Amino acid sequence: MSAFFKSFAPKSSGDLARIGVLIALAALILFGALRYDNFLSPFNILSFLRYNSMFALIALGMALVIMTGGIDLSVGAVAALASVVSALLSPISWYAGLAGGIGAGLMVGLLNGLVITRLRIQPFIATLAAMLAANGTALLLANNQSVSVSYDTGFTVIGQDDFLGFPIPAWIALAAYILGWLFLERSPSGRHVLAIGDGEQTAALMGLKVERTLLGVYAVSGLLAGLAGVILAAQFGAGQPTEGVGWELFAIASVVVGGTLLTGGSGSVGATLAGALLLGMVFNVLNFENGLGWISLSAYWQSVIRGLFLLVVVVLQARLTSKSTA
Amino acid sequence: MLLSMQGISKSFAGIAALQSASLEIGESEIMALVGQNGAGKSTLIKILTGAYQRDEGTIRFQGKDVSFSSPAESQAAGIATIYQEINLAPQRSVAENIYLSREPRRFGLLDRKAMREGAAKVLKVFNLDIDVDLPVARFNAATRQMVSIARAVTQNARLLIMDEPTSSLDEREVEILFRTIRTLKQNGVAVVFIGHRLDELYAICDRVTIMRDGHTVAVSAMNDMPKMELVRHMLGRELAAFQALARDAGSDDARPVRLELKNAGSGLRVRDVDLSIRQGEISGLAGLLGSGRTETARIIFGVDRLERGSLHFNGSERNYAEPAAAIADGIGLVSEDRKVDGIIPDMSIRENMTLALLPKLKKAGIVDRARQDEIVSRFIRSLGVKCASPDQPIKELSGGNQQKVLLARWLCTDPSVLIVDEPTRGIDIGAKSEILKLLRSLADEGLSVLMISSELEELLAAADRVTVLSDGMSVAVLPRQQLSEQNLLAAMAHQIDGASGELA
Ligand SMILES: Nc1ncnc2c1ncn2[C@@H]1O[C@H](COP(=O)(O)OP(=O)(O)O)[C@@H](O)[C@H]1O
Ligand SMILES: [Mg+2]
Repeated sequence: MSAFFKSFAPKSSGDLARIGVLIALAALILFGALRYDNFLSPFNILSFLRYNSMFALIALGMALVIMTGGIDLSVGAVAALASVVSALLSPISWYAGLAGGIGAGLMVGLLNGLVITRLRIQPFIATLAAMLAANGTALLLANNQSVSVSYDTGFTVIGQDDFLGFPIPAWIALAAYILGWLFLERSPSGRHVLAIGDGEQTAALMGLKVERTLLGVYAVSGLLAGLAGVILAAQFGAGQPTEGVGWELFAIASVVVGGTLLTGGSGSVGATLAGALLLGMVFNVLNFENGLGWISLSAYWQSVIRGLFLLVVVVLQARLTSKSTA
Repeated sequence: MLLSMQGISKSFAGIAALQSASLEIGESEIMALVGQNGAGKSTLIKILTGAYQRDEGTIRFQGKDVSFSSPAESQAAGIATIYQEINLAPQRSVAENIYLSREPRRFGLLDRKAMREGAAKVLKVFNLDIDVDLPVARFNAATRQMVSIARAVTQNARLLIMDEPTSSLDEREVEILFRTIRTLKQNGVAVVFIGHRLDELYAICDRVTIMRDGHTVAVSAMNDMPKMELVRHMLGRELAAFQALARDAGSDDARPVRLELKNAGSGLRVRDVDLSIRQGEISGLAGLLGSGRTETARIIFGVDRLERGSLHFNGSERNYAEPAAAIADGIGLVSEDRKVDGIIPDMSIRENMTLALLPKLKKAGIVDRARQDEIVSRFIRSLGVKCASPDQPIKELSGGNQQKVLLARWLCTDPSVLIVDEPTRGIDIGAKSEILKLLRSLADEGLSVLMISSELEELLAAADRVTVLSDGMSVAVLPRQQLSEQNLLAAMAHQIDGASGELA
């Protein structure tokens, strides 16, 4: 009996935070469903998923990076760069666009990883530099304007079509999260990611290949940002060099709300997804609130409210975790 | 010969940690590696495993020249290591920690069930029945140590290295560990065992390698090395002829006791210490590493709380809750490691010297510069600090002069008791005797000095009386007339015999 309950008991303080984010997400959905007529309409759900898939992908890469104790500030700029590259290549074929965008992201990610592991530059600085460089490259390639994608090669299908009644970007994100979960929870390398975040030096003394793992994690983060960029271009029909500003902060917020510690060494893929959905949901709810016509919140006010909401969630989690360890 | 390391040298930032050190281990041999703190044992091990890269020297393992570039490589070659520092990833589960880097797999993925069951099985051998799914941070130091031992012994290594594995274990746990080591030996595994408790070394090891100051100074079969001889090799002898600085015998018993510990205990490191410091004497505190000297000082200074026994200051009972309370009574502490909790390298001599006095130097919230200047120049003169000006950054001074500034930091608060922990560590010979002379003249002026030292010559030269600690207990008090190298060594090696008191 007690063993039965024990198997459900949270094993670490992080588990409590993860349960917290699920409760917050469920509460917000319930609130929206009761208050707004079309909140649970297929149209709203599908467009919500289509749009937020990009952020979910970026948050997944960010979560892995943060679990190692690092940070990747370049993901927003990388997504913008990838959207431009894929738009430029989309006239050739849809897969050229897809491969180009992913490839651009992967390259920047690998570069980040090399600079961090070989040159021993702090991740914050290394990825900040990459962010500026990727941003500049995107503007150069796009000639400082958005680049229209080709509508003839089927490239836009990636962002705009459905498969089995479900948006393709959402399928992509779902696949990425399943793979991410398998990697983190069920593969040895995934456990190494967490062990490195627990203490890089100890991990090295335990015989883990720290540099290789870090390189891989930054590469994956870049790749996922590239994929998000491809979806961005395909969904809106254009490569957008000036998009992606602040996406890295949105991703970091999703990860933190998902109970992953910025100091590394703990975290969960599922809770990161819940965190990304929760932040997107706040946005969605505010849009509906505006739609009711009682109040009209400008984008600026929405940003303020989202910030406050984030603060409340994080404070609640800190409370929960400190109680459980006391 | 399973392993042969020859001529190994290594410097950190220009300072030599190892100078042509060597280590040889035969097949299924248990080798003790001993030496004072800082002798270079851990560095030698880390060079072997690839955690550090050597500057010079050769390593042969299983008949082949090797040069591991990372711990991962040496582990793959059959060397399992328990490093001295924390060896585990605190937030990962016990099972994961045991298998990290060589996880059981099924179809390329983690086999969690095998991991959990395997971990529980090895821990059974160590009498540990714990939930292997919990993060290791949830367990105490002894359990964590057992987990890292379990991790090492399950690696099926040819050579198992243990850097001070017993430091947090109790006797029963040590017995289990020794049983395991003996079984491994029977299965052809060689073991390097680094430790400080001599009786443990004699109980388990075949041979001993002794290191001092980055050199290998002696290698011998364990049973051919008498305990006293071993301690002598570890501590070495300074060639400097310190003048006899101590007072004449007999004159000290008349002076009043200023500070006294009776049956003092705190935590595991200080178990039962009797110690007294009289007015105007230099009271020495001797013992091997881990005997509880520094920890005893921490109790007196209020860093650690006295949990058992009593502390009297000038006859009235005290239990300092924090250093500020001890300082208020006039107790000062110059700690063992100047660089860590002593000097502030970039600050000037003036600031470093008056740090403890600043609260009293304030006039209307602002430092009284004139008084500060007066005090600083007085101590620079009286202690003979060699410097260009009081505004010179302290990091530019030599070790001996830095130490004088630290002494001055406490002296200017006009203390009645000054604790100095290894006051001459890292100072050249000439400056050493100068520091000792200084302590002597301060004592002559009435200051009570508690001098913790690992250097026999230093205690012999300067102390009026020496209390010897072993394993957290005071095992002997040697008055001046009984103070000889022979008696000190005998008392320090005392832990072997287990009896107590006959020297006092
Ligand atoms: N990473 C390091 N950086 C600088 N100095 C070091 C480092 N590791 C060890 N040392 C120095 O090398 C010497 C030997 O230390 P160590 O091997 O830890 O001795 P032991 O294990 O015998 O106590 C010491 O003087 C220590 O300060
Ligand atoms: Mg050591």
